Amino acid sequence: MAEGIISRVSGPVVIASGLEGAQMFDVVRIGDMGLVGEIIRLEGTKATVQVYEDTTGLRPGEKVINTKRPLSMQLGPGLLKSIYDGIQRPLDVLREQSGDFISRGKVIPALDQTTKWEFVPLKKKGDHVSPGEIIGEVQETPLIMHKIMVPHNVKGTLTDISEGKYTVNDIVASVQNGTKVDIGLSSWWTVRTPRPVLRKLAPEEPLLTGQRVLDTFFPVAKGGTAAIPGPFGSGKTVTQQQLAKWADSNVIVYVGCGERGNEMTEVLSTFPKLEDPKSKRPLMERTILVANTSNMPVAAREASIYTGITMGEYYRDMGYGVALMADSTSRWAEALREISGRLEEMPGEEGYPAYLGRRLAEFYERGGKAVVISPEERVGSLTLVGAVSPPGGDFSEPVSQNTLRVTRVFWALDASLASRRHFPSINWLTSYSLYADGMGDWYKNNVSATWIASRKEALEILQKESELQEIVQLVGYDALPEPEKGVLDTARSIREDYLQQSAYDDVDTYTSIRKQFLMLSTILEFGKMEADAIKKGITSVKVGQLESRKMISKIKWTKEDQVEQLVKDTKSKMQQEFSTLSMEASR
Amino acid sequence: MSGVSFKTLSKIAGPLMFVEGVENAAYGEMVEIKLQNGERRQGQVLDTRQGLAIVQVFGATLGLNIGDTSVKFLGETAQLAVSDEMLGRVFDGLGNPRDNGPKIVSKTKVDLVGSGINPYSREEPSEFIQTGMSNIDGMNTLVRGQKLPIFSGAGLPHNLLAAQIARQAKVLGGSENFSVVFAAMGITSEEANFFVKQFEESGALGRTALFLNLSSDPSMERLLTPRLALTTAEYLAYERDMHVLVIMTDMTNYCEALREISAAREEVPGRRGYPGYMYTDLSSLYERAGKIKGRNGSVTQIPILTMPADDITHPIPDLTGYITEGQIVMSRDLHRGDIHPPVDVLTSLSRLMNQGIGKGSTREDHRSLADQLYSSYAQGKDARSLAAIVGEEALSDLDRKFMKVANDFERKFVNQGMDENRSIEQTLDIGWELLSELSDSELNRIKPEFIEKYRKKSGAGA
Repeated sequence: MAEGIISRVSGPVVIASGLEGAQMFDVVRIGDMGLVGEIIRLEGTKATVQVYEDTTGLRPGEKVINTKRPLSMQLGPGLLKSIYDGIQRPLDVLREQSGDFISRGKVIPALDQTTKWEFVPLKKKGDHVSPGEIIGEVQETPLIMHKIMVPHNVKGTLTDISEGKYTVNDIVASVQNGTKVDIGLSSWWTVRTPRPVLRKLAPEEPLLTGQRVLDTFFPVAKGGTAAIPGPFGSGKTVTQQQLAKWADSNVIVYVGCGERGNEMTEVLSTFPKLEDPKSKRPLMERTILVANTSNMPVAAREASIYTGITMGEYYRDMGYGVALMADSTSRWAEALREISGRLEEMPGEEGYPAYLGRRLAEFYERGGKAVVISPEERVGSLTLVGAVSPPGGDFSEPVSQNTLRVTRVFWALDASLASRRHFPSINWLTSYSLYADGMGDWYKNNVSATWIASRKEALEILQKESELQEIVQLVGYDALPEPEKGVLDTARSIREDYLQQSAYDDVDTYTSIRKQFLMLSTILEFGKMEADAIKKGITSVKVGQLESRKMISKIKWTKEDQVEQLVKDTKSKMQQEFSTLSMEASR
Repeated sequence: MSGVSFKTLSKIAGPLMFVEGVENAAYGEMVEIKLQNGERRQGQVLDTRQGLAIVQVFGATLGLNIGDTSVKFLGETAQLAVSDEMLGRVFDGLGNPRDNGPKIVSKTKVDLVGSGINPYSREEPSEFIQTGMSNIDGMNTLVRGQKLPIFSGAGLPHNLLAAQIARQAKVLGGSENFSVVFAAMGITSEEANFFVKQFEESGALGRTALFLNLSSDPSMERLLTPRLALTTAEYLAYERDMHVLVIMTDMTNYCEALREISAAREEVPGRRGYPGYMYTDLSSLYERAGKIKGRNGSVTQIPILTMPADDITHPIPDLTGYITEGQIVMSRDLHRGDIHPPVDVLTSLSRLMNQGIGKGSTREDHRSLADQLYSSYAQGKDARSLAAIVGEEALSDLDRKFMKVANDFERKFVNQGMDENRSIEQTLDIGWELLSELSDSELNRIKPEFIEKYRKKSGAGA
């Protein structure tokens, strides 16, 4: 333990002198309160430290202790269902120990040190094991089987492994290969280092989210990256939370980075009550929350993204599909900017440090679908979804631009849609997904051979609508020819009966891909029939009064198990009504 | 460091003072500055190193000099003595009595810059506050523990709206232990008098604590004023079980003071010269709203800010909007159209609305009625701008109907008298009345059972 003293305090940045042998990114304990910080610059024996806690009251001359270890975290059973702050302190334990307001200088282990976990070995004594190999399991929650893996630098013969109840700090197995190495129920990892994989794979399976506009039009792949930029009030957080609730991932890591405290409370109070649509278990059993709200120290906000992604990678290494939502990466970038400013670094664009783009790219590069390190072929994926909060909703600012350069899905939130309460307010004309085409086979095999065509058709209708709207602006709706009015009708139906989806309705909040297919094909079929009818001289007003038109708008409120029937009824009603119409017209 | 005085000023620049030879001043430590003529001022350490402390002076630097001015380090960070006695009192921007009353003496002293509430300790705000204003109660509902700012512009009646909310706000069926904390930053004495008079007339002054930093007062004090107010509010809420409404006006002046100090420190500026940490700084104020599990009180915030040139993308409203749980936006067009309060419902938002409404708190049809009003009003406004180009005759029948709804919405729903206190029932019934223009099938946001139940009830035909 090297010891030095504080020589300067300026906001979250402290300069310590006399720290012999300090290394970059070593964690230090500062002052009499023992605040946690990290070395981010070295000059001789002077170290610049970013402090993860409020520095008010620190004085020059107080001691600084170097722990000689970079910021690292304990990974093991008990991560799920937890809520952490930016540096992996469990907030519930913190509350028990220090009350309703976060006190400083507390060090609390991330994992419960006393809980005993039932460890079931999958290997036996004498087996040869390699890095990443699974030697046993722990039922962490009813949803997730926690795999205990051989650390990346260990291989050899198992000399000892036994079933039983262990705490996270206990040793469950030993490996002999010249020297004896113990394998514990938990392991440590430095958060700023990506966990390595054998090789990355092309993402070709969609991450289904139950959100129609996302799944149908702008799907993200398992192991893909997506950005959601949007001005305030456009529904970033609701979209992120919907993803966290309904995405068909095994594990969800939700990082609330510099956002509202009450929002995290909402997540905390709603997630335990929500059920996973497949397993009917509480969603919390597959979720890890990292909450570093905006009023918590800025340096910890910078770290919170790395804390979250390290846990995500850890579950990916077990072979799970993991999705990480970061809300919002702009706050993280602002933390970088603030620290950079205090270091008096030469600023790049809008005061952000010159390395902003690199840091963002490094973060998103930690996602992906990959064959993880292990002798048996094991595949896991880590999907990254980052919200961006561009100032004034202007996407040309540095964080949005640097994010768009590295992410492959762009969900553009639109304030004008939000203000007319079209939710989710994802603009269908500007958003894109570069995964959609590559996943065609999956849709063909799992949804329908016509899916890709329907999707394309619907997008074209919406595109056409925006062109027609411009004409309407000039000449008025009544001046449009009937066939164009028909297109507008179909477009409106897509928008209102399909794209609009209520996050607060018990049924509408989640739509299976099968139901999405049924809904969309019904709407498009109605559109075709309307176009045919118009050709026969029937007006769009008449078509708008049909009973089947109203039935279509009810599909989204219909429960999954009753949808097939309703769609069947609707389609036969459509047939019947349109043939009546054309008979009347031909008379 | 406690009690040591220094006369070693080496530089005074703007609101900053450089004191040499100070070995270990605490970051954030308060100092007392004594001028040659015996006058005393307050300051706070902003940057501390061995041999130098940079002190921010609250108040004017007039009369400070190098050589004679002495700086005493008080050994403690900014604290406030709090007690029940603060209600009914008027303080200046630094917390000293402004009303010729005695100084607050209390054993309870709390740090001005408190640590944040543990998110795990927060209780989800869900109690509906009836403000008696249709546009808020009906469309952008306020709940206890929320922070809902008013985005206004120069010359718009935001003060009237804030005062009306403070006067009328109540929780349905709740026992009242209600108080108001008012923080004024750089507002004119005229505006301050308006608020004092409003509180007096409604009889609320006795349960109000006012912290007034007026336009003529030193701008640096403004950085402290909201923190004094919020510290008081937290004490009243969490120690005295009160439901506290905090009104802070004008946040724009606060942000300008922040920019001033940042410029003086020669920091790298962010957008429009405001410091890069303004988001963090503002959140350290706004995030102090809320409720805590197991405690009875709550802190609800209504910050007011004037958007420079009505620009909602300006850094101040922009960063505020990213922190607060919604916003009430004032519209100049509506104000010109003689609508009071001129609230632009479409750009306004309350993020916590869903928690506070519906069965058991307001009425079961509230959510869907509000959604329907929103979308109908939006469509009606579109139709209105279209009519301005192509003429009303070229509109479809439907568009004409929506246009009528939009006009009525502004005139009957948003518009209400300054003394009109509408119950939530009244608000919702007016909403249903407006929709009487539309047929059942055009009410696509409302569940059929509610149309059945409430449409008939309010006497409107389909």
